[in-house]
Amino acid sequence: MMMNNTLKNLSNITAGTIVEGKWHKNRYVIVKELGYGANGIVYLAQHLNKYVALKLSDNGMSITSEVNVLKSFAKVQGSTLGPSLVDVDDWIRSSGKVSFYAMEYIKGPDFLTFIQQKGAVWIEVLVLQLLSDLHLLHINGWTFGDLKPENLIVTGPPSKIRCIDVGGTTIQGRAIKEFTEFYDRGYWGLGSRKADPGYDLFAVAMIMINTAYPKRFQKTSGGLNQLQMMIRQKPELLKFEQVIIHALQGKYQTAMDMRKAIIDGNHASSQPHTSKTSHVSPQKQRSKPAVHHQRSQVQNQTGQSRQTIVKKKKKRHALETMLIVTTLSFLYFLYIYGQL
Amino acid sequence: MKTGTLKQILLITDGCSNQGEDPIAVSALAKEQGITVNVIGVMEQDVIDDQGLREIENIALAGGGVSQVVYAQQLSQTVQMVTRKAMTQTLQGVVNKELQQILGGSQTMEDLPPEKRGEVMEVVDELGEKVELEVLILVDTSASMKHKLPTVKEALLDLSLSLNARSGDNQFSVFVFPGKKNDVEKLLDWTPRLESLTTIFSKLTTGGITPTGPALREALSSFKKKRSLRSLLSRDDEQYFEESV
Repeated sequence: MMMNNTLKNLSNITAGTIVEGKWHKNRYVIVKELGYGANGIVYLAQHLNKYVALKLSDNGMSITSEVNVLKSFAKVQGSTLGPSLVDVDDWIRSSGKVSFYAMEYIKGPDFLTFIQQKGAVWIEVLVLQLLSDLHLLHINGWTFGDLKPENLIVTGPPSKIRCIDVGGTTIQGRAIKEFTEFYDRGYWGLGSRKADPGYDLFAVAMIMINTAYPKRFQKTSGGLNQLQMMIRQKPELLKFEQVIIHALQGKYQTAMDMRKAIIDGNHASSQPHTSKTSHVSPQKQRSKPAVHHQRSQVQNQTGQSRQTIVKKKKKRHALETMLIVTTLSFLYFLYIYGQL
Repeated sequence: MKTGTLKQILLITDGCSNQGEDPIAVSALAKEQGITVNVIGVMEQDVIDDQGLREIENIALAGGGVSQVVYAQQLSQTVQMVTRKAMTQTLQGVVNKELQQILGGSQTMEDLPPEKRGEVMEVVDELGEKVELEVLILVDTSASMKHKLPTVKEALLDLSLSLNARSGDNQFSVFVFPGKKNDVEKLLDWTPRLESLTTIFSKLTTGGITPTGPALREALSSFKKKRSLRSLLSRDDEQYFEESV
């Protein structure tokens, strides 16, 4: 069974053709072709004086799959990432049955075109929007999957990022069904193809790199090294370098974490030295030298900006524990020595 | 719903068979035994002629599987897409059979109203995630495949990466045709991981004719041996999905 046959008997649908659903009896008038993919063709159509996008395929199961995804998006309260579903049906033609679904028509330039037209200053805003939408999806147990700039449309004004293809959306914990190599962490050797939030965040990082390399690039040496090299060659990416690298390494647990990192302006490379936050550990009573050390550090922190505090929190905990243990052991040995 | 283990043969070739029995007939035999045959034609500087194209399509048709002809560059994505598509096809067949038993008549998923179809599709998706999979890969090592072998290796490693992300277990086995001494040679016995392919592939030589038919034959007997070994151990009463889809 050749896969290429799928589109052959669908490509001769001309403007003015009427598509009528067998089950729900809705009628759609074809206006023009919008695009095509491996599973079907998308047309602009009119229904009751409104525009909709109609996806047709003679592979009924792929239509059903995508409809399932759109339905679950609809269950995610407040989600505006994917198009809203309008209708699902079958169209009986003389040449056979064609399954289709009608969805909201999302109009606008694709992500990369928008950035080229309006400038790189928009990258940050649109990525933040995308991360908010992804977070909503993630906390509802989904992974977007096949995230790539061709499927991201910027509508508006006001400018809003939307997605027009949901073929790759997968339940978290399962294997990713569809992917595009450049945005896939498996291809770069930086993770598995199991669906989790990190998978999407990796794709977002690659999309950010993509803005500086519109034609993408092939894997040569692969891994983090090649990607880091590619980032460093483009000055416009340097301010995002830290965030991108962290996302590529899977260091952000949630989309919100990555969002926060971008907002906090965490663009410069981090300093490894320790600093304290206002949260002082309750263990300070145990040994005097430790308390003294902590107190002086607490005094230090007031002068420091919020961004370094947020970053150092994790390192501080480990250091604190080590400090307390060392001091206690020292005191204990002193005591033992004194007893001898 | 018990589906048993999904069995697939993945044939990667760059041309027509020119030795041994008709591969299309062996492929049809595979289908009868519950094994799906998928074929990928890979081109690089060359192009596969009409006869080769038709043969590739017909082998997959007879084997109830999926075929695709691509340039070497797209091989990785194609291998995983073809395998997935074939899995979904087989699982849909299984689910359709169950539906027919429940609903009576010859109704398939496609005849259900769209809303019900969605629910059934979820079942198929879940099966696709959890079902056990056995894939036997047959790699053409005739002379013209020489420059394509590194890409084939990459594609196979990528396939194992994709499939191992599933919850279901996977087993792979790799054969080449022609082999050094025989028409077909086993490179890798049944294993869940394909990492060792890197060293094995580097030692491969290409050359000779293309005995596709005998290669498929050998694949069938490999599946048979695997099955009889299992029944010797008889740990569980797995139902083998042997009826034709």
